[in-house]
Amino acid sequence: MKYDFEALLRDRGVELPPLSIDTLQVNITKLCNQQCRHCHVDASPARREMMSAEGIAKCLEILERNPRIGTLDITGGAPELHPGFDGFVERATALGKHVIVRHNLTVQLDGHPQTGESKEYLPQFFARHCVEVVSSLPYYQQYFTDAQRGAGVFGKSIEAMRRLNAVGYGVESSGLTLNLVYNPVGPYLPAAQAALEADYKRELKAKFGLSFNRLYTLTNMPINRFRLHLEKTGQLEAYLDKLASAFNPSAAEGVMCRSLISVGWDGRIYDCDFNQMLELSAVSRGGRPLSIFDFDFDAALGRRIVFGEHCLGCTAGAGSSCGGATA
Amino acid sequence: MASYYESADLKKFGEIGRHAKALAEDFFRYYGHVTGTDGALSKREKALIALAVSHAQKCPYCIDAYTTQCLENGANPEQMMEAVHVAAVMQAGITLVHSVQMDNHLNKLVL
Repeated sequence: MKYDFEALLRDRGVELPPLSIDTLQVNITKLCNQQCRHCHVDASPARREMMSAEGIAKCLEILERNPRIGTLDITGGAPELHPGFDGFVERATALGKHVIVRHNLTVQLDGHPQTGESKEYLPQFFARHCVEVVSSLPYYQQYFTDAQRGAGVFGKSIEAMRRLNAVGYGVESSGLTLNLVYNPVGPYLPAAQAALEADYKRELKAKFGLSFNRLYTLTNMPINRFRLHLEKTGQLEAYLDKLASAFNPSAAEGVMCRSLISVGWDGRIYDCDFNQMLELSAVSRGGRPLSIFDFDFDAALGRRIVFGEHCLGCTAGAGSSCGGATA
Repeated sequence: MASYYESADLKKFGEIGRHAKALAEDFFRYYGHVTGTDGALSKREKALIALAVSHAQKCPYCIDAYTTQCLENGANPEQMMEAVHVAAVMQAGITLVHSVQMDNHLNKLVL
């Protein structure tokens, strides 16, 4: 195998056991109003996968019984399109948990792609529950943003940010956090996070009067829709070479799978959202696939993380995680 | 017929050390120090300069490499195209400013 991530870890003397489970990241639906070209979930308006009401209740039970899990990170698809989304947020915040929503901005304006239900209430709803909003905006200009996320997405994202700013998100001293996510619009590594954040802040303020808190730079994972694009354009091997040659042990130390678990729509547990999309289940030391329906904190913490070729994406350069660079 | 400027050949750049290892090592150390670090100029500014030089020197390897470098340092296509215009206008200016020499010689020749 040319790209053997585990062998790379061994060669470099890096060990990556789980350190904690601070965050329960739950992917409640693959349905999305967008169909981004790099999406590792292969999310789209045509997807139907939804977490059951029983699954959501189980996640809440896990949060309630395990005070060490302080954060609920809700993702998708566009998680707001799940019929149980609002209740999930309300009940998790009532438990005193920090709730993060991976919000794609445009769903505010597009609404539900299948039912037409409006989602314009979201800024006020997020604010009422002090949800941390994390939103993708691949660049502070239209060209890259629309190339990655679809025609018209940049304009709608700017309008959605304006509505979030209007209720206090990203505004200093409001206590309401709006973080943005940058992904490269192709097979190259992200720019340095701090410098790019400064560019975003300057340009978005000057051109649109918008503000936000932090910018997270993420690397594109060579899986699913993005991998297919790389294969079709003959760029897969060069991209994997780039990631492998940029392997950074310091970045590897901070990978997110060491401090979170990822839950799929059907309740199965994974080491991260990428493993989830590749259906690489997390397993206990005894070899049992982990699930929310028979959750055991210590078994989950004691698991051996499942690594693969795609993990090169999280460990290249300055690293990549749901919270941005790791080194 | 053999082809020149195969993009895969860029990977062989390191092989210039095959017959003069120490000189190649000196060069790559210097190259990395100049282009790979923030100094009085940021890495992004250096990448944009290198992109402009790549065009002026018409090096396809360098154009590929520094297009990527510019993106990996947060530059955007407008900045990159402006850098190419700087290269273009410098080349035009260098051509045109030589007409002063032409004029000087004309003045010598013409009665």
